[in-house]
Amino acid sequence: MLRFIVRRLLVTIPTILVVITITWGLIKLAPGNFYSGEKRLPPAIEKSIREKYGLDKPWYQQYGKTMWSIIRHLDFGTSLRFEGQSVNTIIRRSLPVSAAIGILAYLLALIVGITVGSIAALKQNSKWDYSSMALAMLGISVPNFVLGPILVLVFSLGLYWLPPSRWGGFPSRNLILPVLTLSAIYMAYIARLTRAGMLEVLRSDYIRTARAKGLRERDVVIRHALRGGLMPVISYTGPALAFLLTGTVVVERIFALPGLGNYFIQASLNRDEPLIIGIVAFIAITLLLMNLLVDIAYAFLDPRVRYQ
Amino acid sequence: MTLDSPPNQNLLEVRSLRTYFDTEDGIVKAVDDVSFQLKRGETLGIVGESGSGKSVANLSIIRLVPDPPGKIVSGEVIFNGSDLLLLPNEAIRKIRGRRIAMIFQDPMTSLNPFMKISRQLMEMTRLHLGHSKTQAYDHAVKMLETVGIPDARSRADNYPHEFSGGMRQRVMIAMALSCEPELLIADEPTTALDVTIQAQILELIKKLKRETGTSVILITHDLGVVAGMTDHVLVMYAGKIFEQARTAELFSLPGNPYTKGLLRSVPDPTAEQGKLYQIPGLPPDVAHLKPGCPFAPRCDRVEEICHREFPPFVQVGVDHYSLCHFAREVYIESGGTRVEV
Amino acid sequence: MDKKPDRDKLIHVSPEVAIAEADVRSEEAGEFVRGTSLWRDAWRRLLKNKLAVFGLVVVAIVTLASLLGPTLIKRTFGFTPDYIPTDDIRLTRSFPPFTGPDGEFTWEHPMGTDNAGRDQFARVLQGGQISLFVGIIATLVSLLIGVGYGAIAGYFGGRLDNVMMRIVDVLYSLPYIIVVIVLLSMFRSQTPRGQLILLFIALGSVSWLTMARIVRGQVLSLKNQEFVLAARATGVSGTRIIFRHLVPNTLGPVIVYATLTIPQIMLTEAFLSFLGFGVQAPLASWGSLAADGVQNIAIFPWQLIFPGVTMALTLFSLNFLGDGLRDALDPQMRTV
Repeated sequence: MLRFIVRRLLVTIPTILVVITITWGLIKLAPGNFYSGEKRLPPAIEKSIREKYGLDKPWYQQYGKTMWSIIRHLDFGTSLRFEGQSVNTIIRRSLPVSAAIGILAYLLALIVGITVGSIAALKQNSKWDYSSMALAMLGISVPNFVLGPILVLVFSLGLYWLPPSRWGGFPSRNLILPVLTLSAIYMAYIARLTRAGMLEVLRSDYIRTARAKGLRERDVVIRHALRGGLMPVISYTGPALAFLLTGTVVVERIFALPGLGNYFIQASLNRDEPLIIGIVAFIAITLLLMNLLVDIAYAFLDPRVRYQ
Repeated sequence: MTLDSPPNQNLLEVRSLRTYFDTEDGIVKAVDDVSFQLKRGETLGIVGESGSGKSVANLSIIRLVPDPPGKIVSGEVIFNGSDLLLLPNEAIRKIRGRRIAMIFQDPMTSLNPFMKISRQLMEMTRLHLGHSKTQAYDHAVKMLETVGIPDARSRADNYPHEFSGGMRQRVMIAMALSCEPELLIADEPTTALDVTIQAQILELIKKLKRETGTSVILITHDLGVVAGMTDHVLVMYAGKIFEQARTAELFSLPGNPYTKGLLRSVPDPTAEQGKLYQIPGLPPDVAHLKPGCPFAPRCDRVEEICHREFPPFVQVGVDHYSLCHFAREVYIESGGTRVEV
Repeated sequence: MDKKPDRDKLIHVSPEVAIAEADVRSEEAGEFVRGTSLWRDAWRRLLKNKLAVFGLVVVAIVTLASLLGPTLIKRTFGFTPDYIPTDDIRLTRSFPPFTGPDGEFTWEHPMGTDNAGRDQFARVLQGGQISLFVGIIATLVSLLIGVGYGAIAGYFGGRLDNVMMRIVDVLYSLPYIIVVIVLLSMFRSQTPRGQLILLFIALGSVSWLTMARIVRGQVLSLKNQEFVLAARATGVSGTRIIFRHLVPNTLGPVIVYATLTIPQIMLTEAFLSFLGFGVQAPLASWGSLAADGVQNIAIFPWQLIFPGVTMALTLFSLNFLGDGLRDALDPQMRTV
């Protein structure tokens, strides 16, 4: 087990570096730059800007400098657009916002999705099953940028129950709509996964044995079936987190939340190289670590895998 | 059908059981009018090929038939005087595991891979006997020792995959007998195991039966298994009972062509080298049975009447019945003497 | 169902008969392997699934409407998706559905107009053209990459396979989309057409991973089928085997997955366009229409609702169709 973890960590580091390099490369290769935009600057001003930000140096020097400060100090530099603010500070400030929404959304998706999916599996082919699965299908099909504004339309602008946007700190009513919007598609997907997983398990021999032992149906499901049936949901957590990320980006834009995603889009539009690289690296590290955690959890939960 | 023993001796009596499955291909009559009895303390063997209905019949006894698509359509299952098919769900649940226990064919998939076996054993006694955690644990270890698991106390907390196939089946047996049930139904308990282990498991079952007085129904497709273990045998085919007799008599004086075919198929090491005998053809498609005898397409003494009419269930000897138009003839050919009934 | 023909029989018999036997045996057992009956069976099963049929019908309607709609509208009402009424200043604003300048009922704008007075219905249909087009082409791109990658990995096996699949594993856990966003934001094309091509490549390169895995799995399991080995060993032309057996076997899961990929890609394109990285003006996709619509959600909600609902409906139907195809072609494939 320990060897497995160490091996994965060893693979992670070069992967991150490759990701950073590719991102850096894309930014450098792209035509245009961050300071001009539409207007052309007088050459003298342009020259001084390039000197200030070290853009006049040859590319390998720039690359070396960037990578060195990242590897040595984990310092991603200063934002080009947000004057004077270090990338690390920006990330630190915006992370809690994204994390709050993301984690809450996923928890909500798990709770609702697993419950609905389990009940659908237990009452297979009943009205409950058909209607909840149809609803789940709808959840997968409605894009979050459509759902979000519609929720705002109904609950904020129509009923005045909830604020339409802006960050209100944690916890606050401002969280509700963004979390719901983000959570919807995952709720749906997890419900379907759970139903499929449970149906599969409920067909298996050891469930038949459990029933033959005279156990109450409730115990059969909760104590025996659930464990195996939820495996697909757990292994889905890995890719889910990746998608959750992109969902957060959209949700933060719609609800004007100062989260990591919003800053990322801003940085991309502004061609803010240090900030882009910083956020991408951060996201990559987080994802890889989370995937590792999920794999470890999976190994723990399945005793057959544990003893390899 | 006449009863050969007074009613109060019968632990289990199945009467005209019919279990049908509703499938895409039509209605499959997995168990079609099956009747048999089991006396207290006896071992009954049920022999048949895949699809003969032997497993479904026994699942029907404790109502474990998946519904849908299966359904027990009619019949009675009298266990200790009461009809199990009429009991409410709560009541049948209390009987499962406690008074009738069942073990299944593949110990690899029949045990919960995610749960320690100690816990799987403890579940039984805590539920049915009201044991406390410690009581249940000690009892579990004791059961494991009884079935011959070495180092039972330290291995009790292992997971199923840490045991070999034979050991796993022993664990299943331990689990089944935890609450000292009156009836043990063993559905092909040795089919998935190596031959040497098979013998061990069967010996184990025999030994436990002697010690606890449990009655046993042993389901198998292997006549060899039945020979040393059972008092009575039922031969099933296409959902019906084709022959039933005391074990010794079935082997020495079979009264049914199907049984004879089965007996011929058992390889005999003393016979001269030659082709291995196999009953020609394949088991029938139970969803689309033709009229007449279901075995007619494969029978070596088939005649025109067999394709036309369903055979009668004939008594050919004491405690010996056969489903065939020529039951008596086959019996006499085997060496039996004519019985006037 | 046992898919392997009897090994002993194959060895002692001539190759032509071996192949013929394989054919016959597969016919006996009704195997998945036989090309023609597979499709007929699957089609029958698909038609029995009412939801899938519903999906198929809706997708067909939406596709037809998108293709023919704008032309029809132009013929009847004279509106193109870009048409801004310049003659009457009163018309250059956003009307709700079925409403005219003075609030009266009119058939002219079933989905209302946008802020510049352009007919929403035409715009939504044209948006459909672009969205569906992008979805299908990008899916084809991912298909090409995925099938190629997976087939090579599966066919050659061994170390090459290991390395290739490791790469896939790593890529799977990366924030691919993030890098794609960087790519799209850095390399904005000058022309809308160029942007589309960029999108095809970007979107296709996100979705090929799972396709590669599926194809590789199929190729691996097929490679080891004994009738293939027998044919190759005896030098008999494998072409017939390949086309009658290998291709139909792989085609099934590929078709299913492709059908399910299209809505995924459409969703991705939509959200990229929504953020501003996707389709450029004057071309519009449902995503960019939604982006425009969100601006005015408080006052002119129909600007978002119509593109949004149309998109949701299309994706919904595609998903049902994909599910139905999966059930029809191989009920055992069902994971979700």
